[in-house]
Amino acid sequence: MSSSDAPPHSPGHTDPLLLGLLEMLRKRDFYAGLLMIAFGLLMAIHGPTYSLGTLMHMGPGFLPTALGVILIALGVAIALPAFLPLLMGALGEIGIAGARRYVERAEAEATAPTGEHEGILPEHPQWFAWICILASPLGFIIFGQYLPISGLAPATFVCVFVASLGDRTATWLGSLLLSALITVFGVALFHFVLQIPMPVLKIFEWSVL
Amino acid sequence: MITTALTDLWHGFGVALEPHNFMWCFLGVLIGNMVGVLPGMGPLATISILLPLTFGIKPVGAILMLAGVMYGAQYGGAICSILLNLPCHPPHAVTCLDGYPMTKQGRGGVALGVTVFASFVGASWGITEMIFLSPVLVKAALQFGPAEICSLMLLGLLAGSTLARGSPIKGVAMTVLGLMLGIVGSDIETGAERFTFGITELDDGVELVALALGLFGVAEFMNSVNQQAEINTKYTNVRMRDMRPTREDVRRSIFPMIRGTIIGSLCALIPGTGPTIASFVAYATEKKVSKTPELFGTGMIEGVVCPETSTHSSVQGDFIPTMSLGIPGDAVMALLLGALMIQGIVPGPQLISQHPDIFWGLVASFWVGNILLVLLNIPMIGLWVKLLTIPYKFLFPSAMFFVCIGVYAANNDMFQVGEVLVIGILGYALLRLGFHPAPILLGFVLGPRFEENFRRAMLISRGDIMVFIERPIATIFISVTVLLIAAQIYFRLTPGKKKSIAALADPGAMVEQPLAAE
Repeated sequence: MSSSDAPPHSPGHTDPLLLGLLEMLRKRDFYAGLLMIAFGLLMAIHGPTYSLGTLMHMGPGFLPTALGVILIALGVAIALPAFLPLLMGALGEIGIAGARRYVERAEAEATAPTGEHEGILPEHPQWFAWICILASPLGFIIFGQYLPISGLAPATFVCVFVASLGDRTATWLGSLLLSALITVFGVALFHFVLQIPMPVLKIFEWSVL
Repeated sequence: MITTALTDLWHGFGVALEPHNFMWCFLGVLIGNMVGVLPGMGPLATISILLPLTFGIKPVGAILMLAGVMYGAQYGGAICSILLNLPCHPPHAVTCLDGYPMTKQGRGGVALGVTVFASFVGASWGITEMIFLSPVLVKAALQFGPAEICSLMLLGLLAGSTLARGSPIKGVAMTVLGLMLGIVGSDIETGAERFTFGITELDDGVELVALALGLFGVAEFMNSVNQQAEINTKYTNVRMRDMRPTREDVRRSIFPMIRGTIIGSLCALIPGTGPTIASFVAYATEKKVSKTPELFGTGMIEGVVCPETSTHSSVQGDFIPTMSLGIPGDAVMALLLGALMIQGIVPGPQLISQHPDIFWGLVASFWVGNILLVLLNIPMIGLWVKLLTIPYKFLFPSAMFFVCIGVYAANNDMFQVGEVLVIGILGYALLRLGFHPAPILLGFVLGPRFEENFRRAMLISRGDIMVFIERPIATIFISVTVLLIAAQIYFRLTPGKKKSIAALADPGAMVEQPLAAE
């Protein structure tokens, strides 16, 4: 039934079930549904440990459990359309020609260069920029409290500097100037005007400001 | 009734014009207008950053200022849409369609001038609506027991999540996720620690500011870094005298302005249909009633005026359910409600009688703020236009600092900065998976009150879930909710929907059914 002797990845000769599976894994809603199911499971499993109570005297675990079950149902409903290619693949596998054609068409559409892009990652992933943006609050935490030389000023500088490197057109000088500017402004506004209780600069136990 | 409302409003003006409050209001609309103009900055993130900084001032001043950011940003957003063709603020996305062609014809200044005026008209009507409708709503809502409040919240949550952008089912999932995040922390009744996983910092729950900034700050920056369109500064040379409309422009704007006002104020009354939907419905309507619908998209002034008026009318009207019932219609309102709660004020129907200074002061400040915005926008247009030229590469790193310091200031605790980081990653993942995270905030803010009222309703009814069907008012809310869901399913299954402006306006067509049922 299956024509497994043909080379893979040439549309029209591949295993329909495999094609259906690949097509399903390409669908964004498949992962969206899975994520919701995961959150739902977390609540539905963890919820009952807080005592459910009765409907009249509800315990702290009642609502989380109920919400967990609802979220699982929603997750299944979100993921359901993504299972269509897999189902069609399975039908194609047992010899239904229409289902087989459906899967092959879907495969052709997805691999075509002009095909609609439904990836999880954007067309041009910005890994470096993302890391910079995420590293920026991390820098704020570390330089704000956990280093021998810490405080508002170094935290601000690092936070802005690291984030600004994420831009494609960033230059070292531009980033340094921007960070210095924001540091001066930030310290003036948040320390002197708004009086946020965070030392401006602390070297070991010795507060500079 | 009317006279009491007017005397209360008089007192409200007394509150709003107090030097301190006036200053906060001015600061709010100024900051709002600024972030509205800046492409890539939103009122949500701005309000979240400012929120911890308002802990030190009195509740009235805080709420006046935060609300000012909200409606101030609407004035600024139009500038960005009309002059740059950047739909970075959802309620003003439609304005690009006819606003930018007008700019290309050299009439951008006129479009802006008419918009400012139309905005003021729309907002004024929204405020008037609030003055007279809120006391009526409150009167009805004071009779509500836990079962009614619960079913009303359910309606608000479902409407808020299904009528917003994107797939309704994903919206509901986001609301449930928000409710779940609202559960984290100590249980109010039993003190049991739920979903804290042994982290003591989570005992007080997830921090509202961290949640809002993670979802609408960090996640948004990750989404738009290096994805910015080249800013075309060719048309950003607008001066005050360019803003004067011709007599013909004024004549053509009057009726769209009235229609926009009506659409906006109707949309404001339906929970979940905020300014964005109002503007789409307004554009579609204007195109339908026009004698020359084929000219839309080529710089028709009607296509600018009507959506803008409806946006502003809806923005002000959105405060009605939020302030009088304690049910926010969208994420921004949820945030403002959260700000009130942090200040120790319980939102709900008792707010007007218990804190008349806050309610009426806020209403009066809307007028003060809108007049300030007109004054800010017409003579100072050149300055705002200059702001448009600030590149994103300077904006988002500075914003990251404000995010960090804002969250830190909420509790003076570095743990919350870490929370922002985690929520930011989650928020970006959700965005990439096609979820719109706004309903999370709605669920998060309403969650604890929903649980409390649900438990109380069950206790009173001795565990009988039928109480939601037996009490008449609760029944109405529940049946409207069911109708809403039924209408959603019906419109999903009706074939032949393509992604056009008309289809985007569809949520508006959908809500007419539940409205008729009320």
